[in-house]
Amino acid sequence: MDLYEYQGRALFAKHGLPVLPGGVARTPEEARAIAADIDGDLVVKAQVKVGGRGKAGGVKFAADADEAAARAGEILGMDIKGHTVSAVMLTASAAIAEEYYLSYLLDRAERTFLCIASVAGGMDIEQVAAETPEKVAKVAIDANTGVDEATAREIAAAAKFPGHVADQVADIVLGLWRAFVAEDATLVEVNPLALTTDGRVLCLDAKVTLDENAAFRHPDHEEMVDRSAVDPLEQRAKEKDLNYVKLDHGSVGVVGNGAGLVMSTLDVVASAGAAYGGVRPANFLDIGGGASAAVMANGLEIVLSDPAVRSVFVNVFGGITACDEVAGGIVHALDLLTQRGETLDKPLVVRLDGNNAAQGRAILDRAANPLVERVDTMDGAAERAAELAARGN
Amino acid sequence: MAIWLTKDSRVVVQGMTGSEGSKHTRRMLAAGTTIVGGVTPGKGGQEVEFDGVRVPVFNDVAGAMAATGADVTVVFVPPKFARAAVVEAIDAGIDLAVVITEGIPVHDTTAFWAHNVAKGQPTRIIGPNCPGIVSPGASNAGIIPADITGPGRIGLVSKSGTLTYQMMYELRDIGFSTCVGIGGDPVIGTTHIDALAAFQEDPDTDAIVMIGEIGGDAEERAAEFVRANVTKPVVGYIAGFTAPPGKTMGHAGAIISGSSGTAEAKKVALEAAGVTVGTTPTETARLMRDVMLSAR
Repeated sequence: MDLYEYQGRALFAKHGLPVLPGGVARTPEEARAIAADIDGDLVVKAQVKVGGRGKAGGVKFAADADEAAARAGEILGMDIKGHTVSAVMLTASAAIAEEYYLSYLLDRAERTFLCIASVAGGMDIEQVAAETPEKVAKVAIDANTGVDEATAREIAAAAKFPGHVADQVADIVLGLWRAFVAEDATLVEVNPLALTTDGRVLCLDAKVTLDENAAFRHPDHEEMVDRSAVDPLEQRAKEKDLNYVKLDHGSVGVVGNGAGLVMSTLDVVASAGAAYGGVRPANFLDIGGGASAAVMANGLEIVLSDPAVRSVFVNVFGGITACDEVAGGIVHALDLLTQRGETLDKPLVVRLDGNNAAQGRAILDRAANPLVERVDTMDGAAERAAELAARGN
Repeated sequence: MAIWLTKDSRVVVQGMTGSEGSKHTRRMLAAGTTIVGGVTPGKGGQEVEFDGVRVPVFNDVAGAMAATGADVTVVFVPPKFARAAVVEAIDAGIDLAVVITEGIPVHDTTAFWAHNVAKGQPTRIIGPNCPGIVSPGASNAGIIPADITGPGRIGLVSKSGTLTYQMMYELRDIGFSTCVGIGGDPVIGTTHIDALAAFQEDPDTDAIVMIGEIGGDAEERAAEFVRANVTKPVVGYIAGFTAPPGKTMGHAGAIISGSSGTAEAKKVALEAAGVTVGTTPTETARLMRDVMLSAR
């Protein structure tokens, strides 16, 4: 889960990292109230989970509370690369002398953590690393031994931080590692880490990604989920413990078992759909390798309730689950939805293969639901689902 | 022969007394796996019966190994306890740990991996969040359905469980030496490269299917490895061309971050390394079929 800057800043503050005073506002009035408590000039920053907000006009300065409210009013509701701004963060404005960079992240390939530090901050670190690699220190961090004071000093030295800031930087290097571990983050990034003209080193931005698999030891992380930004169908799916992702511009609903098979199904649908005017998949839905009939019913309910869906492709390979159980689940699900008073009018193309495929297909044939069409190959079924979606019935 | 798991493998199951552990222990036994024990702290000394086979339960992996000569563990322990379970298996010095558990925090996986490295890598770890490994006709450690296919001379390595099953099914008349599901987490103990290297060395594997998906750069690295080290034919498949950036697609590791981890980049890298890449699972199976038939 990616956090908003204000949430990251709050986590940093919680772990004792130096941040500027400030707060988050969702209305100009809230912005005015926060600004009234801050001395001097202010910065008003759009809270969006996308880069480039400064260029898009999402960062403005204000001299007092009234101006802060006015700037907040301009930024709130703004569209930045498709993200509507619903909150702004206000902080004191710092007089910046130097901009540095510091982050911890997961290095998938090396299966370890990595600290990246640079005295050339305030810009895209990947670009800095590509153009001037000597300015970027990358230090592998052992997950078990971690970062202690000595390591923190080594990192500050490796990145060639000047001597007069080395103590402050080492403290932040250590503190940021502790926050990274304590919060089960996969990324904590401070860009810029700024030296102010009065000699303080401060975290002026906060980019944080938390590991959702660690939610069981962080009950407080749940409240950082921005429900207003979650697609309503994704929210409903989540409540039913379904692995669902809504996709833009699609009309073929997809239900399958196993993440890899479902990803593959999306690709096959998109590929077949190219011949039908660019028909695309409407969603990713993985009901799991060992899915039961009830899970199939929940999954179909979500997909069928998506108004963008014009046909559904149920793609199941019977591995751990037997196809006859899945077929029973489909028949049962359609009955259940009819009983609930849902209008069922979208065609379903079902491909069952693998364990007990013949029995599963027989169950579908016996049920003879006019909406259900059986196609026994994945590629053929994708083609048919795309064709039905293009036809629009 | 096969890689990593053979008919001589002696398997214990960590978490055998839990619901998933017991369900799949029964299936592994039915597939002919030599299951010599279960490990559940506090339940040592008990026995569990599976269709007439009595399997002893031990308190820890070291005890199970001492009593049974086990050299493989399959881990079904819930995410909260998985780190401790794998560390225990490493400390006991077991050869192979197959970690089925889905949902282990990445800090925990990284920690047990670092522990394994610090100890000189006594244990090959497969997974986490994987379906396991099967050497058809010999042994099955994990949740891959064993009856899909019989023994043969294709090696298979895949991040995805169901795509593994699909591929085994499509090529069931030809058969496989070993099928390894390496798992869909961002940090995994056995990579495509490890499997490619082992299949290249395995005298009973003639050709290799490698299945990847979006996220990370393991496939790109594997492509480079194939170019430099693999002389056996390799057929590839990549899932996730349609996946939008920034969204996790089911597997915790299946996410395009910025412009990195795309399916297109992986396909391009594989093709540049001489790997034939199929556009659908079925086409990929057909490509492998052609390879195997032309060799006859």
